[in-house]
Amino acid sequence: MLAVLLVVAVVVPILNLVVPESSPWHVSTYTVTLLGKYLTYALLAVAVDLVWGYLGILSLGHAAFFGLGGYAMGMYLMRQIGDRGVYGHPVLPDFMVFLNWPELPWFWHGFDLFWFAALMAILVPGTLAFIFGYLAFRSRVTGVYLSIMTQALTYALMLAFFRNEMGFGGNNGLTDFKDILGFDLKSDATRIGLFLASAGALALGYLACRWIVTSRLGRVAVAIRDAEARTRFIGYRVDRVKLAIFTFSAMLAGVAGALYVPQVGIINPGEFSPLNSIELVIWVAIGGRATLYGAVIGAILVNYGKTYFTGAFPEAWLFALGALFVVVTLFLPKGIAGLVGMIRTWRRSRSPAGPRAEAAP
Amino acid sequence: MPLSPTSRSRRLPRLADLGLVYGFLILMWLPLGSLADEIDSALIDLSDRSFDVKQAAVEAIAIGGDPRAAGLFQALLAGDLYARKDDRRPVLVTPAPGGYRLTDAFHGSDLGEVERGAVKKITINNRMRNQLRTAIAALTLASPDPAIRLEAAQQMLGDADPMVIEAIREQLGREDDQRVRDYLDLSLALASLRDEDPAVRLASVETLAGSLYPESRNALSTLLNVESDPQVRVAAERALAATEQRLKLNAAAETLFFGLSLGSVLVLAAIGLAITFGVMGVINMAHGELIMIGAYTTYLVQQAMPGFLDYSLFVAIPAAFVVAGLLGILIERTVIRFLYGRPLETLLATFGISLILQQLVRTTISAQNVAVQNPSWMSGALQINPALALTYNRLYILFFSLIVFVALLLILKRTALGLQVRAVAQNRAMARSMGVRSARVDALTFGLGAGVAGVAGVALSQLTNVGPNMGQAYIIDSFMVVVFGGVGNLWGTLVAGLTLGVANKLMEPWAGAVLAKILVLVFIILFIQKRPRGLFPQRGRAADG
Repeated sequence: MLAVLLVVAVVVPILNLVVPESSPWHVSTYTVTLLGKYLTYALLAVAVDLVWGYLGILSLGHAAFFGLGGYAMGMYLMRQIGDRGVYGHPVLPDFMVFLNWPELPWFWHGFDLFWFAALMAILVPGTLAFIFGYLAFRSRVTGVYLSIMTQALTYALMLAFFRNEMGFGGNNGLTDFKDILGFDLKSDATRIGLFLASAGALALGYLACRWIVTSRLGRVAVAIRDAEARTRFIGYRVDRVKLAIFTFSAMLAGVAGALYVPQVGIINPGEFSPLNSIELVIWVAIGGRATLYGAVIGAILVNYGKTYFTGAFPEAWLFALGALFVVVTLFLPKGIAGLVGMIRTWRRSRSPAGPRAEAAP
Repeated sequence: MPLSPTSRSRRLPRLADLGLVYGFLILMWLPLGSLADEIDSALIDLSDRSFDVKQAAVEAIAIGGDPRAAGLFQALLAGDLYARKDDRRPVLVTPAPGGYRLTDAFHGSDLGEVERGAVKKITINNRMRNQLRTAIAALTLASPDPAIRLEAAQQMLGDADPMVIEAIREQLGREDDQRVRDYLDLSLALASLRDEDPAVRLASVETLAGSLYPESRNALSTLLNVESDPQVRVAAERALAATEQRLKLNAAAETLFFGLSLGSVLVLAAIGLAITFGVMGVINMAHGELIMIGAYTTYLVQQAMPGFLDYSLFVAIPAAFVVAGLLGILIERTVIRFLYGRPLETLLATFGISLILQQLVRTTISAQNVAVQNPSWMSGALQINPALALTYNRLYILFFSLIVFVALLLILKRTALGLQVRAVAQNRAMARSMGVRSARVDALTFGLGAGVAGVAGVALSQLTNVGPNMGQAYIIDSFMVVVFGGVGNLWGTLVAGLTLGVANKLMEPWAGAVLAKILVLVFIILFIQKRPRGLFPQRGRAADG
């Protein structure tokens, strides 16, 4: 998995920079950015897989953490515009001038510094996840209830960010970014840099998750997923394990969001929509739960499909996505990653007649 | 002294004052001359070049109180009144070959045909329009039909014209309809607020205390600005406070009604979910789309029977139930039955179905919203008092949701199917061993939940826009209601829906619609931490699911 990622991270920039544009092997900057976007989605999917696949928490609110990370980065990029905005105000972003804000709201201070914004992109989703998780896990809200609560959380955030009074640009969100750390966002080099950063973040995130799931903590997590009550009775502090992993996952999602925003150039409240959260769960389901690399495959495949279908047959995309949801849950409970195993089992079960060795969990 | 702009502009009202004086003179002179002569000369004056003369003429005719004057004034107001040029008699015209056929506008006699140039239209100005409306009101007040009198009395409310007051006082002497009397009393009280005698003012303030008409509230606060008599002031302050108090009560009642209305919509949307989620443990994310299908069924029914709009809903309700119910059974048989016991998987699969259904509607019907019409009996409002009106569509939907609720409760508690549903929900294996065909029960239960969603769609089509996305707006709210109320408990759903609706509307005035909704969501999130099984948790073994 990491090897593939490494190859991609090396080959794509070379194909973009070295290979001449006339060559069929040339990769356009547009494609590089697109791939970079997919990589941030893959990181988000890994974060979801960590809590869903290994901890059994179906979070329908991870788009919220992704969005919060994105907004933190968007605020930094907004401050970087400085006086180059349409209204040319030295401090206030355009939408604040437009809405007659007298001064910068307190929560916008500090976002002119990259390190602060980067820290916030991790801390804000982390804190929210911590508070939410602390309350939810302590009172043992589980299963479907928890899923619906996470959905309510992201829905509430979406409604909140749509409000102009919140000071995050309302309906239009944050956009018109100019540069990041002094590099022009429109230049090819910056785009490749962002692509590489996304690849690096994905690799690190993947490694971290791999480390967690193979550690003792990960084993306890799997135990909680499979038999929560038993794990509790054995003596493990179930709520603490859940809280730690859930918070970490939210931070990863925040990082993914922070990397996503400079590449697509906009962040708006639509990112918080419950639909997005459910969609990203299906990436994981398609790739294969509890495999981590399956999540990466799923995220990239589905999003490639989305890019292709919405371009070629816009009518068909929702049909295709809807059918994917149904087909995967019915026939591929283990996703693409489980497909190999399923075929193997099927072959084995054909030679000696017997019951199916592996039923869906 | 140089002629300043101010003094020049003063001249215009003076001219108008002259008209009033003139009118007053006629009024004084009236008892002297014969009434018929007076009216006849006034009729001639109607076509005078000066508006002041016309106005005086209108007043003179109105004083006569002849019921025929109302028709004359209405024609004048509508611009249908002409004057014959040779004797200036006001006439009504109908087109005839070669010119007009004339009818005397007052006496109604036929005056034969003339050519077009022989008549001239009588023009009026805005001041006359007001005067005419008042005069018509005063004349219609004398009508033998109580409905016409009521309308006239309502129209006159707050009118301080001395003529009108005179007419009202006269009418009060012989009026026997209580509702008309109320309005007349109110008008009289409003007028007496300007009386010279403090005792009269005091009496009328007492009459106005607690009155809900905006006119009386305005009049009382105006009086407070100018009143000098301390006793009247105190009374007026008290009266105004009483009025404000009653207005506040009515505003609270209105908020409560809006809240219950929103709550009833939530209950309708959620109650089908309470069955599929609460009884079967299936998270049906396509529930919102089943509501949408119900709304589109209403639309199609209305398209199919264009001439019978008023009856369309009675056809649409069973149709939507059947369509959505069959669709639900189809979904259950093809997808959900493979996923029992895995609620999170049903969530994903049914979400996929919801996307397919949305896109299906978009491609087959339209991506735009469709126009579902309201039958005539759904529009309008029930006027409880001047400050409180309950719109019929919300009122009916409130009742409708209660009917649906009771019907579902009866189905679950009183029928064989309901018994089997509850048995399967409590213990599938035991129910099966007792001979319950659990697969059939599952399909029917899901169909029932889906059918109720369809019926909810019919109701919602009367309140909101019907479009492919409408289901998405309700799905999260519906889940909130079910979770808040306690899964597997219909009563919980009812209480939760109405509570959330009222809470939302109570917060709206000071928080705004969006913030109120956010606060409700946050409240539910926190509430679930405290009581993870909702308001009315299931007890016993079934709760462990």
